[in-house]
This record gives sequence, structure tokens and C-alpha cells, in this order.
Amino acid sequence: MQEFLQYVFSGVTNGAVYAVIALGFSMLYRATGLINFAQGELVMLGALCLISLWQGLGLSLVLSIVLSVGIVSGVGIALERLAMRQVRKPHPIVLVIITVGASIFFRGIAMILWGKDARSAGPFSSNVPLEIAGATLLPQSLWVLAIMLGIVAALHLFYRKTLTGKAMEACAINKKAAWLLGVPSDRMVLLAFALSAGMGAVGGVLIAPITMSSYDMGTLLGLKGFCAAMLGGLGSSWGSVLGGLLLGILEALGVGFFSSALKDAIAFMLLLFILYVRPTGILGARAVHRF
Amino acid sequence: MIPRNSKIGKALILGGMVLLLLASSVGWCKEPYKIGGVFSITGPNSFLGDPEKKSLEMAVEEINAKGGIDGHPLQVIIYDTEGDPTKAVLAVNKLISRDQVIAIIGPSNTPPTLAVVPIAEKEKVPLISCAAGIKITDPVKPWVFKTAQTDALAVAAIYAHMKKQNLKKIGILTVENAFGESGKEQLTGQAAAAGIQVVQGETFGAKDTDMTAQLTKIRTAQPDAVVCWGTNPGPAVVSKNVKQMNLKMPLYQSHGVASPKFIELAGDAAEGILLPTGKILVAKQLPDSDPQKAVLLRYIEDYEKRYQTPVSGFGGYAYDAMQILAKALRGTEGDKAKIRDNLEKVTGHVGVSGTFNFSATEHNGLGPDAFVMVQIQGGAWKLLAP
Amino acid sequence: MPGPFTVSEVSDGIEMLIRNLLFAAAILLLGVGVKNPYHLELLTFIGIHTLLALGLNMLMGYAGQISLGHAAFYGLGAYATGILTVHWHWSPWISLPATLALAAAVALLVALPMLRLSGFYLGMGTLGFGMIGFILFRGWSSVTGGDSGLVGIPSLAVGPFTFSSGVRYFYLVWGTVFVSFILCERIVRSRVGRALRAIHDSEKAAAAMGIDTSRLKISVFVLSALFAALAGFLYAHLVSFVSPSSFDFLVSVRIVTMVVIGGMASIWGSLLGASLLTVLPDWLHVFSDYEMLVYGLVLMVVMIFLPQGLTRGILDLYERSRNRREGRSPSA
Repeated sequence: MQEFLQYVFSGVTNGAVYAVIALGFSMLYRATGLINFAQGELVMLGALCLISLWQGLGLSLVLSIVLSVGIVSGVGIALERLAMRQVRKPHPIVLVIITVGASIFFRGIAMILWGKDARSAGPFSSNVPLEIAGATLLPQSLWVLAIMLGIVAALHLFYRKTLTGKAMEACAINKKAAWLLGVPSDRMVLLAFALSAGMGAVGGVLIAPITMSSYDMGTLLGLKGFCAAMLGGLGSSWGSVLGGLLLGILEALGVGFFSSALKDAIAFMLLLFILYVRPTGILGARAVHRF
Repeated sequence: MIPRNSKIGKALILGGMVLLLLASSVGWCKEPYKIGGVFSITGPNSFLGDPEKKSLEMAVEEINAKGGIDGHPLQVIIYDTEGDPTKAVLAVNKLISRDQVIAIIGPSNTPPTLAVVPIAEKEKVPLISCAAGIKITDPVKPWVFKTAQTDALAVAAIYAHMKKQNLKKIGILTVENAFGESGKEQLTGQAAAAGIQVVQGETFGAKDTDMTAQLTKIRTAQPDAVVCWGTNPGPAVVSKNVKQMNLKMPLYQSHGVASPKFIELAGDAAEGILLPTGKILVAKQLPDSDPQKAVLLRYIEDYEKRYQTPVSGFGGYAYDAMQILAKALRGTEGDKAKIRDNLEKVTGHVGVSGTFNFSATEHNGLGPDAFVMVQIQGGAWKLLAP
Repeated sequence: MPGPFTVSEVSDGIEMLIRNLLFAAAILLLGVGVKNPYHLELLTFIGIHTLLALGLNMLMGYAGQISLGHAAFYGLGAYATGILTVHWHWSPWISLPATLALAAAVALLVALPMLRLSGFYLGMGTLGFGMIGFILFRGWSSVTGGDSGLVGIPSLAVGPFTFSSGVRYFYLVWGTVFVSFILCERIVRSRVGRALRAIHDSEKAAAAMGIDTSRLKISVFVLSALFAALAGFLYAHLVSFVSPSSFDFLVSVRIVTMVVIGGMASIWGSLLGASLLTVLPDWLHVFSDYEMLVYGLVLMVVMIFLPQGLTRGILDLYERSRNRREGRSPSA
């Protein structure tokens, strides 16, 4: 029992990180119908910015987090304004390739700014593991879970209660119609990019104390976060949470009961599985754009 | 004989001085020896390739400052493999056919090395690899040598230490790449002879962020010790996880983490970890009677002064390769076959990575003295008594 | 006047013939003229990459589907022939049809459930498939050699004549490329090609016209997999060593980039894209640490300003400048 619980705990820790990344994918898709393949790199930038500001410059934790999220959101805005917006005939494949190019670009910049070595960050509160029924859990994991739930709640409020949120939903349903009704759809797209980039940054900030950060940490994380988003249902916030946690736990159980060589494969096997069985994802009911 | 006409005398003296100046400044009336270098300077294995490139350049400068080899200066041409076998193949072909090198040092890791071995053999160009894989020199191929310690030796050092501590059952956790795989092979292969039983073997991805699941599985098998085999940053995460899970048994790491970076990454989770390393990390703690001490101290001083960055064990492979190659180049006038033969005759070469003794059947040349066991105490490497 | 061909078809056909003859001549000349083995090898790699890009182009450019995991088929071709020739000691000429058959079978298996999904989902499915392939290459070490790779793959030989390297392999690869080009040109100009383009524009409309969209999509997917596997076969017997790192996600991205930059729905675009992306890293090496940054930047810039690829972009620029010079208004 102790072992099973330990697997669940490690699964939940990783899963919460996947969930936050999935939220970024989901949110952008919901608002614009696009997949940003640079999302993993935005997570990486968030993590490295935090390390530089907090440990490098010695700023306070809160200030470092705020600045990191701000900087990466800015990067997201720049991406939208300078790259995505410029395309005259936005064929989806073209836009996807642009985000792929952006991911390579961000990796290149990170390599120059932070070098090729890995860096680590200290925990937010303490490093003393909590013992629950014989299994251990780092306090940092609780932070990740708490903030993940906080983001979901905030998004919920945003979409339902604020005018901007409702406007973004309107854009997602039908961009032209929303525009006709006075919704500045261009600005909504920009906002969506900024928010999803910010979420990626939050993911990075949360994960930095748990693991090693380096310029190439984003690729696999981004891919797995994407699998989590698809699993739960692209466009659904709760779907991202569910998909992320499920993926994390299944990975840990897969290692525990089968083989550790399979760990990375589990995410992609789940992806294929959900595509075969229920392409819109577990909680997904949104109409899906065609490529 | 003093010339009667002072003007002629002055002219002669001036002319003589000019000639002397010319001779010394040009210095080289002989063709440079072109040496090729292929390292993974960027990419996932840059922690190997970057110091190797720097060390090779430093060695070449040293040799040239002393007059080159038989009057020939050394010219080194270095390409980046990015750790990728295909790029390594292209780079080596470039070096051989376009740059016309007489010998090649590198690559930094095993897969690219295995990819270029057939080329070296076919084109008959001596290749001194800096990679750890035992398959590179076992079985021996005539034109291929290597200066990096084999993982077989590292495992032997670990097992010898375990025997003294009476540890019988171990769990192993290896990284999913060539280095980790080779380590796993050696760990499982040498276990029986060392009286050790591997009760659980798990793997982890090089970029994985959490290994608690694998460690949980290992813990269930109740080993006396855990051996982790990988290169940064994975093992640092493993160390943190071990501490987090309150695993009390000793944790051994491989020589892949033998760099200050590991201690920085693992933080206080590094405390008490045991590992085999080349003597370079504990050079100052070596007894004066150790033949490597002087060579190591000088290498460390030169490297850190020139590059303003701490040494790691890895740069030494390229440094040793160049020094050994320099010995082999003497008297060959650039004839590759002669260089190859001379390489096999190099014995008793005290290098950074160990003392090398090559022969027709031994193309790695290192023995058990290439490794010492250390333990991390107080954030520093502490040499353990043999 | 009724007849088998219209006038424009005939002139089209002649144009194609001339282009192909020039292509063949260029290949022959290069093989004879280029003496430096390094350059020859680089050109040979360009040829192998062209096969990859060509296959994917048929899928992406003409059929309008996307594949983000094509490196898996590339790797499948390389590993299949590697395993058959090294572990089972088959002759490479027998392992060739076996490799292709395996690739076709896997492609069918992957495509059948996925092609009923609309294009976006297919792309994501290929992504998953590509990653699983890579993990399999790495994980199944007893068979594939794992991360250390598979050594000792024999060279191709016909009796005493070995295609070990240099000029011979250059001709082998480029001969294959030439034949593939002709094959693809024929497909594109046939009814099948027109049906493909119909699917690309609107799958529903195509289906309404009576085109069996599922069967066509599956066929093109299998064809693109075959090209990739063929490229893998040629790669394995050239380098005589395969390792998983040559077939990871970034390689799939690189193949897609070749297609997109060269120009989708352009057979010659595959050649351009493959050439550029094989040689570019070498040029970019001048930038050393900045290489990745510049690569990403170049990718984005080309996509933003020339989204139809360089071939189309260059042709467009040429057309526009010609129109301007002749004082004509830009025509369609």
C-alpha cells in the first residue's frame, strides 16, 4: 500500500506540472483554434527567468515570480504580434510551423543567455518531505497542486463573470460574428497568447524547484503537456487538469508495475488511444476546427 | 676576424641579426602537422565536448611553444558533432578528404565514435576517441584508440569498494542513453564475479524531472545500496529524490557526474554520495608519491588560468590524446602508418586520466589506477583511502 | 478536336521531359565532376533527404494531410534493414523488399484508424506514433542496440561490385531520386493526382464527387512511408551504423521544414528544401552558438513572408518583376 501511495504521489507531482502546461495549450486553442508548439519553451523560459531573478539577482520570491510571468507573457505577445500576425494567408500548417520555428528560436536564445548547463532552484517553502502513510511528498508538490487549482478557478471566473472573458469565448465561437458585434477580435487573440504564455511561465516557475532547468527542458515537457491536453479534451480547463493528473499517475504506475523504459511512451500511447477511441478527449465536447 | 671597413661590418652584423630574427619569428620552415578534432561542442553532450576542445587547443599551444614536433608546428582543425553520429560521419570525412589531417582526436561520446570507426579503418587514419564505450577498443581495431576510462573500470572500482563495505544486494538506476546502457551492461555483467546481486534494475530518461517512481520500485526489493549511472542533470534529480524519500542505504554514482556541476545541482542531497573518479578531482589530496599528481596540478593550473573556469575530468581525455599523439608523431614525418605503429608503442605515459600503456592488443591503455573512490563531504570531494 | 491529349498537355509534357533530361544530365555531371569525397557525401545525403521530403510532400502538399512523426518511418527503414542484415545475415537486396513491406504494413496499421479523423487529429496521431517509434528504437536494446546503436551494417553490393561510398553510392541514391521524381510526376498528373488535390481543397466536396477519400488518403500515407523507409534503407547502408538519435522528434520537424520551405505541392520544392536544410547547418556553423537561434529565425521568417515555400516564392517574385518590367498589371 505504501508503494502504491508513493507512486500516486510522484504521479500527482508530475501530473500537476503537465496539467499547468496543458492549460496553456487548452486556453490558446479555445480562444484561437491554434496549437502553439512553443508552449514547452515558454515553460522553460519561465523556469530559467525565475532562477536568474530569484537566485541570481537575489530578488524576493514573489517579485521574481511576477517578473518571470510578465516577461514570458511579453514573449508570447511578441510572438503573436511579430510572427503570427504578419502572415497574410494564415493556413493552419503555416502557423504551426511558425510556432515550431519559434520553439527552436527560444531554445537558441536560452542556450546563449543561460548556457548549456542545467540549473536548480530552491523550494518555495521547505525541502523537508512530508510523510503521509509511509509515502513522502515534497511541499513543493502541494504548491503546484494549489496553484493549478487556483488557475482553473481563475479561468472559470474569467470566462463566466468578466466581460473580457465572455468576449474571448465569443471570438472562439465565431470570430467574424464577434467582430461584427464590436468585440476587438484581434486584441482577443493577443490576450489569449499573453495569457497562455503566462500560464506556461507559471508552470515553469512551479517546476523549477522540483527539477533541473536547462535550455532544452521544454521539448519533452511541451509534448507531454500537449498529450495531457488532448487526453482531457482540448479547450476544456478541467479536461487539462484531469488529463495532466491522469497522465502523471499512469506514468508512475507504468514505471512501478511494468518497466521504466516505457515511461515516456505512456504519454504518446495515451494520445493514440484517446484519438482512436474518443478524439475530443475525456471532457472535450467543443467543436474541433479542421486543419 | 674584424672587418676593416666598419660599414661592411655593420651591414654584416645587421644582416646576421635580420637573418636570425627571420629564422626565429618564422620559426617554421616545415609543414604543419594537421590534427583533426571532432567533439560534441554543442548539444546534449556539450559538457564533454566543450572542455575537450579547450584542452586540445591548450595542448597544441603548449607543444607549439616548445617548438612543435621535429620542427613541425601543430595545426588543429576542430568540428562540432553535436553528439550526432551523422554529423560526426560528415565531419570526419571532411577532416580526412578536405582538410587532409594525419590523425583525429575524438569524438566525445560513443555512438558517434562507433559511426566513424569504419571510416578511420577504411581511410587508414589514426583515431583517438574520447568516449567511454568499451566496444570502441574491444575488440581491438588497428586504427582506433581511446583515452577515456572504460566504464568497466569504473564499475570494478565501485564493486571493490562495496565488497569492503560488505554490501551484497544492490538496485541500479541507469539513464536511457549509450552511457547508461553501457553502465548497466557492466554492472550486471561484473556483479556475479564480485559477489554482488542486482536485485532491481530501473531506467530513467535523461531529461526526466522525477525518479521517485523508479526509486520506489527499487526500495521494494530492499537492496543494501543503490547505484545510479548517468550524466548531469538526471543523477542530481535522483540524489534529491533519494533524500526526499529518506532512503537510508548508500548511494553510488558513476564517474559521469565527476564535475563540480553535480554538487551545485544536487545541493545538500549530494552529501555522502560515493563515486569513482579520475584523480583530477582530488589532485591536491593525492600523496606526493603518486606519479600523476604533478601532471594533474599543472594541467589544472594551466586550464583554469587560461579559461577562467574550473576543470572537469572530461577535458583531460583530449589533453592526454594530444600528448600521446605528440609522442607518436616523433620521427614519422606525418606518415599515418608510422603514427599508428608508434601509438601502440607508447607506454608509461603519465596523463591526466591515468597512466597509459598501449600495445598491439591494448588500445585503451588504462588500468585500475585510473580511478579512485571519493565521497562528497561538506560539498567537496574527499579522497577515500584505497 | 478530340484526341488523347490537349495542346497544353503536350507542351506540358515536353516541358517535363526537358526538365527531367536536364536533371539527369546534372546528376551525371556532378557525379563525374565533383572529386572531393566530402562534397560527394554531402550531395548523397541531400539525395537521401530529398527522398524523405518528396514522400512527405505527397502527403502534405498534395493530399493536404500532415505528419509530424515521419522520422519513425525513416528509422523503421534503417533499423529494419540493419537488423535483418546484421542479426539475421540477410542479403541487403532481400532485406529491401522486406523493409518496404514492413513499412507499408505499419503505415496501414497506423493510418486505418486515424484517417477517419479529420486532418488535425491525424497530425497529432502521427506525432504520437513518431515518438513511440523513437522510444521503441531506444528501448528495445536487445534487437536495436538501444542508444549505443547498431554497428556493422554491410555495404550494398552486386557481385563483386560494391556500392561502398563515394561516386557509386552517389549515383545509386540520385538514380533512386530521379526515378522517384518521375513516379511522383506521373502520379500528380494522373487522375489520382487530381483526386488528391480535390481532397486537399475540400474533403467533403471530393467525397460528394464520388472520390473514395479514405482509400486515397491511406494510399498516399503508405506511399510517403515507403519513400521514407527507402531513404532509411539507403542511409543505413551508407553509414553502416544507425542510432536512435538520428530519428527523434526534431528530425521529423526537420523533414516537415524541408517540405514547407521548399514548397508544398511542388516536387522540385522537395529538392530545394532538402538541399537547403542539409547544407544550412553547415553554413550556420559559422554562427556556432547562435546556430539554433538563426535556424529558428530563418524558419519563422520564411514562413511569414513566403508561406508557400521558397519555390513558389521565388517564382512569384520572378513573375512580379517580369510583369513590372513589361509594364503589365499583375495577372493571376
